[in-house]
Amino acid sequence: MRVAIIKYNSGNVRSVLYALERLGIEAELTDDWEKIKGAEKVIFPGQGEASSAMRYLKERKLDQLIKELKQPFFGICLGQQLLCEHSEENDTTCLGIFPVKVRKFPPIDKVPHVGWNNLENLKSPLLEGLDEEAFVYYVHSYYAELSPFTIASTHYMDNFSALLHRDNFYAMQAHPEKSGLTGEIILRNFLNLK
Amino acid sequence: MLTKRIIPCLDIKEGRTVKGINFVALKDAGDPVELAKIYSDEGADELVFLDITATVDKRKTLVELVTKVAKAINIPFTVGGGISTVEDVKALLIAGADKISINSSAVKNPDIIDQMAAEFGSQCIVVAIDTKNIDGLDFVHTHGGRKPTILQTQEWAAEVSRRGAGEILLTSMDHDGTKNGFANDIISELSTMLPIPIIASGGAGNMQHFKDTFTAGKADAALAASIFHFKEISIPDLKAYLGEQGISVRLK
Repeated sequence: MRVAIIKYNSGNVRSVLYALERLGIEAELTDDWEKIKGAEKVIFPGQGEASSAMRYLKERKLDQLIKELKQPFFGICLGQQLLCEHSEENDTTCLGIFPVKVRKFPPIDKVPHVGWNNLENLKSPLLEGLDEEAFVYYVHSYYAELSPFTIASTHYMDNFSALLHRDNFYAMQAHPEKSGLTGEIILRNFLNLK
Repeated sequence: MLTKRIIPCLDIKEGRTVKGINFVALKDAGDPVELAKIYSDEGADELVFLDITATVDKRKTLVELVTKVAKAINIPFTVGGGISTVEDVKALLIAGADKISINSSAVKNPDIIDQMAAEFGSQCIVVAIDTKNIDGLDFVHTHGGRKPTILQTQEWAAEVSRRGAGEILLTSMDHDGTKNGFANDIISELSTMLPIPIIASGGAGNMQHFKDTFTAGKADAALAASIFHFKEISIPDLKAYLGEQGISVRLK
């Protein structure tokens, strides 16, 4: 299977490559339009800051490309946030695939939200084989609000969108590549999507 | 619900796992990659690798180790030991580490906390603090606990948090190696005072000590080494126990 991981100025993407390797998939890290367009699955990882990531994507017109893609597409962590409409992180206009706002956690509890938290209200083939005992690894200070596109939520201070889905676009705030067996199930389910 | 994390710590010297008792005597406790895989399969929530190698080739060896670990395990891990520059951090993160931990170098040059946080984000910068109580006051120690400083632990912890540390790994030198329990007074004090997670370290001897540091100590995570390496406590047993005691943990 041809899997492309979008290369941009995001932090560590090596972990995603290694996680796919453990599943027997040799993915390609690339910012080449044709390679991304021609891939069967596209993964959009992320770690870093929203406005500089958006600037980088725009400079290389990757923002346009992402919107045009039709194959299963998976945004992870900052990748999820960038697929939303707007982020409070440096007041950034994002890609707008999901009409959802990304907000900063209030200082009611510790921020960032670091550690293992469970998924609730699961509703998607992407989460096949998992239940509300499924824990995933989070490390983030911004979160996507709940929306009609939410396919699982997590509670930290309030409920937020753990995962989102619209058409061919899927997105997850936690790190499946670091979420043990649960993460492997999610990645495998994504790779099995038609 | 956000769970409390159990973190085995692997002390690394020249590519092998060792554990210092009170930071001095060392015993070989195995191959780090094998051990990492075992802990990850057993349900450890995270791992910490602390490199105490002092050779010139250290950085290269550490990057190689990080690469091997990142390929082998599917949980997050932190790397620490002798990290002092933005370039050091970059090399380790690129190799696959999720977070890095700094200690003496942050005391020597606190600005590197700001620089590293600005460059890579607070979420991957852990500041480790070795603390020792001297006549009723808590003082920061550096260089593996050998060097006392004039910094008071509470003030330094507040400063590193302000400068952008994402977590604090607090090791009580008074408790480390004693197996008499974690230093819950100061852990609770820091956890209440600061807006970032506190990882308790030093003193774990039995399962109740973990429960105590999560309740009385208000710790967000607890770290231990030899009791895991020498199988005095197994991670599945520990998590089952904590679950029964009403502590929120990630069970398989």
